[in-house]
Amino acid sequence: MSLYSEKVMDHFRHPRNVGIIEDADGVGEVGNAKCGDIMKMYIKVKDGILTDVKFETFGCGSAIASSSMATEMIKGQPLSEALKLTNKAVTEALGGLPAYKLHCSVLAEQAVQAAILDYYKRNNIPYDPEEFKCALCAHEHDHTADDGDET
Amino acid sequence: MFIYADHAATTKILPCALEVYNKTCEEFYGNPSSLHTAGQRAKEILEKSREEIASILNAAPREIYFTSGGSEADNQAILSAAYAGAKKGKKKILSTAIEHHAVLHTLDKLKREGFEIVLLPVGHEGIVKAEDVKNAIDDETALVSVMLANNEIGTLQPVEEIGEICREKGVLFHTDAVQAVGHIPVDVQKIKCDYLALSAHKFGGPKGVGVIYARKGAPLSPLIEGGAQEKGKRAGTEDLPAIAAMSAALKASIADMGATSALLKRLQAKLIDGLERIPHSSLNGDRTRRLFGNVSFCFEGCEGEALLLYLDDEGICASSGSACTSGSLDPSHVLLAIGRVHDVAHGSLRLTLGPENTEADVDYLLEKIPEVVEKVRSFSPVWRDLKEGRRQYIL
Ligand SMILES: Cc1ncc(COP(=O)(O)O)c(C=O)c1O
Ligand SMILES: [Zn+2]
Repeated sequence: MSLYSEKVMDHFRHPRNVGIIEDADGVGEVGNAKCGDIMKMYIKVKDGILTDVKFETFGCGSAIASSSMATEMIKGQPLSEALKLTNKAVTEALGGLPAYKLHCSVLAEQAVQAAILDYYKRNNIPYDPEEFKCALCAHEHDHTADDGDET
Repeated sequence: MFIYADHAATTKILPCALEVYNKTCEEFYGNPSSLHTAGQRAKEILEKSREEIASILNAAPREIYFTSGGSEADNQAILSAAYAGAKKGKKKILSTAIEHHAVLHTLDKLKREGFEIVLLPVGHEGIVKAEDVKNAIDDETALVSVMLANNEIGTLQPVEEIGEICREKGVLFHTDAVQAVGHIPVDVQKIKCDYLALSAHKFGGPKGVGVIYARKGAPLSPLIEGGAQEKGKRAGTEDLPAIAAMSAALKASIADMGATSALLKRLQAKLIDGLERIPHSSLNGDRTRRLFGNVSFCFEGCEGEALLLYLDDEGICASSGSACTSGSLDPSHVLLAIGRVHDVAHGSLRLTLGPENTEADVDYLLEKIPEVVEKVRSFSPVWRDLKEGRRQYIL
């Protein structure tokens, strides 16, 4: 028995789409070093399609695996679809996460939205703030995990 | 390769302790409270274990009470002293910012009940100043609680000086010696403590058993009511196999202490020197005034849980004080207390070596840890910002 599922460990050990895109069309950074996880997402967009996605993450196994999985789920998708990506979908695709690790995976959803929002803003594309609830409220998520056991 | 480098979390039971454990289960299964022969034979083992542990601590057997471990002992010591103090109108307790949660959470509870809790700072070196304790004691002070050795960074606290001060001022003194007993000499007369907590699983004994030492005359009230065991201070049929095995493990640890200390000192020096070569890394806590087995580092731009999991894949068992490993948002209170900012504290790694570790283990650690740090940094946006000058290095 390990802390994470095999699927999570696979993405953690072999993260997909790691790195940066020098000439990205949108970049989103969420989280902060204070709370322990930072995720930065880079996107390339052509004709409304996410042609490339890359990420870098400072964070735990849950944060790294969720960002990796999120990039796989949105790469090649239209922006409208990518915006529908939820934390729940990422977590399910990973075969679940321990409850106290869910808040780390929320960052993946936020990072995708933040990158797309950046793309819209750079190109003066009008957007519906409703669709960016998660990116805009980043950090207001429920962070009520207890202290762990100390050894 | 499998390297267990997490001895501060717990240790493998020593063969001699396991043997005693099994033998006690099989041969001395009577209840020490029973009047018949089987019970009285068990009682003999119980009292023999008490005498052995008392003698090692330089205490009297009647000052030794068996508990379920370090947490219970800490709770009982602090609550007993606090409630006795309150009866005399003394409701202030002094402690440090780096105590174990078994102490800190008990103090939190007392705070909610109206006690004044003062946590003294420990500075960058992770050591409280006896002078600060002295200055903070006043007529309201019921108890001072300062650990002997810290569990995360291994720093040794000046408990003998503090004990002297408390004795002079007539204030009760508790020390959490869970990380120290079995590893360095611990003598309750030298420390002049009124209470001391220890736990068997930190020195090759079984889990779930420990001791509260309470000096004769120090107030002690039970946490668990129900029977006359432990002179009415701790009800419940004694876990005799565990108690006997704890005593065996302690005797063995003391017998090997010289050799183990020499080995660990050498391994520690080599490990610290090697890890310091990793760029933007820093040892946590004072380099010399610490337990020999403890090596705690922060690596900038590198998150601790990811570090641990990749190390686990390489067969290395270690621990970290990052927020994500604890399931809370804040990194370790100990690292924050020694002045590590959040960003840096998240990148901590604790290696705690034990007697079965070897030079070859340290060579392997020094091969794998730099690789894994580099790997975690390779996809860290924080590390990129540091490298590319958008963020200032702290370490
Ligand atoms: C300093 C310190 N105090 C108390 C404890 C708690 O001991 P136990 O696990 O026996 O309850 C520990 C161990 O986790 C410790 O390291
Ligand atoms: Zn996390």
